[in-house]
Amino acid sequence: MLPLIWKDLLIEFRTKETLVSLLMLGLLTLLVLSLAFDPLSELRPLAAPGTLWVAVIFAGVLGIHRSFLCERENECLQGLLLCPVDRGTIFLAKVFGNALFMLGAQCVILPVFVVFFNLFPSLALLRLVVVLSLGIVGFAAAGTLFAAISVRTRAREVLLPLLVLPLVVPVLIAGVSATAKILAGKGLADVARWLHLLAGYDLLAVVVGWMIFEYAVEE
Amino acid sequence: MAAEAIRAEGLTRRFGAVMALDRISLCVQAGEAVAVFGPNGAGKTTLLRVIGTLLRPTDGRLWLFGHDLRSGSPALRRRVGVLSHQSFLYPDLTAAENLLFYARMYSLPEAGRRVAESVERLELGEWAARPVRTLSRGMLQRCALARALIHRPELLLLDEPFTGLDLEAAAAIERLLREEQQRGATIVLTTHDVARGFAICQRAIILSRGALRWDGPISPAARAEFEGRYAEAVRGAPARAVGEACCL
Repeated sequence: MLPLIWKDLLIEFRTKETLVSLLMLGLLTLLVLSLAFDPLSELRPLAAPGTLWVAVIFAGVLGIHRSFLCERENECLQGLLLCPVDRGTIFLAKVFGNALFMLGAQCVILPVFVVFFNLFPSLALLRLVVVLSLGIVGFAAAGTLFAAISVRTRAREVLLPLLVLPLVVPVLIAGVSATAKILAGKGLADVARWLHLLAGYDLLAVVVGWMIFEYAVEE
Repeated sequence: MAAEAIRAEGLTRRFGAVMALDRISLCVQAGEAVAVFGPNGAGKTTLLRVIGTLLRPTDGRLWLFGHDLRSGSPALRRRVGVLSHQSFLYPDLTAAENLLFYARMYSLPEAGRRVAESVERLELGEWAARPVRTLSRGMLQRCALARALIHRPELLLLDEPFTGLDLEAAAAIERLLREEQQRGATIVLTTHDVARGFAICQRAIILSRGALRWDGPISPAARAEFEGRYAEAVRGAPARAVGEACCL
């Protein structure tokens, strides 16, 4: 698994394509949605959690898609499949890499989110990191599995969101609900129900993906 | 008697209505070099992809070194090296970085030393430090061969290794394949280049429309029969739909 992660990080270090794509789309989504709400409106704080998660999910779709484009060039994915490693391991490494890039992008997106929505930087933001991390792992697992399928199709840019977005609805609901409560000053114990849902989704997505990745990448 | 490197029985692969491989049965002994000839769409690439574990057969059975491929053991892939139409190399990494990555994927001890040996053997020189994206077709093919050979596979599957190469590059790859054969590797290569196929291999196979049309030793005596069968095969249609008659 380590050589795969090393390879993905080295390619990203060289091209910066995935991280830049994630950041650009994430920040643009935040900007557009924050401008869409009246700055003086009382509804604005209510829209903040949804806005953050829409930015995370949309940027994530693009980032995961890009991470598989490099496997498509020169049919590198076939080269990976020839290696004497369990194909589930390839899945786990890709999930790790994708989640890492998404979390890296959050280091920039989250402070910008705080500024755009006039939130006070506080300990609550660290709690948000826990929620975001749990949501991102599940999203990365589901996204990686379907990116492996869609990347070989002609309509891959359209197919990936079509396949993934309906499946990550539980992540979106749990993430938005937990984020709303944390921004309202609640602690992690108060959102334990949503955190359990996110953790359960993560486990399910990772295990199912690990089990069926071999079939997903087969022609 | 040499051990069997490949045994296929009734190997069949369909892509929808197209029968890419039609009940192929063959046996390749360890250390043997086999050239697979046939027109475009004959099923040569599909055959190599099935043997290389990249495609599951629709029907039939396949053993590599006596192990049933249905067991799907990743360890079996350690014994196989594949050179495809595509290089399987990451364009944004250098040739050396690509080789190091694959050496690590094969858990080779002293991966760095193995990469240095490969760079020297394939005469990659300063090109090894350049991104794969910038390499010429000939140099890319050398790098791809270095990747396929880095773990010293017992079975080498080469899909049209000489296509698009100039005479010098093709001769260099031919020399490497001879070295591999002397090392004891089993070679199965597909090619349209009859002269090179005959120069490297001891046995020829002709595929046409997914079916095995001829299988025999490469010898002056068999050359006339081979050429007749090959000409017949080249005149045939590229692929046959399921259910269409098979006539040998």
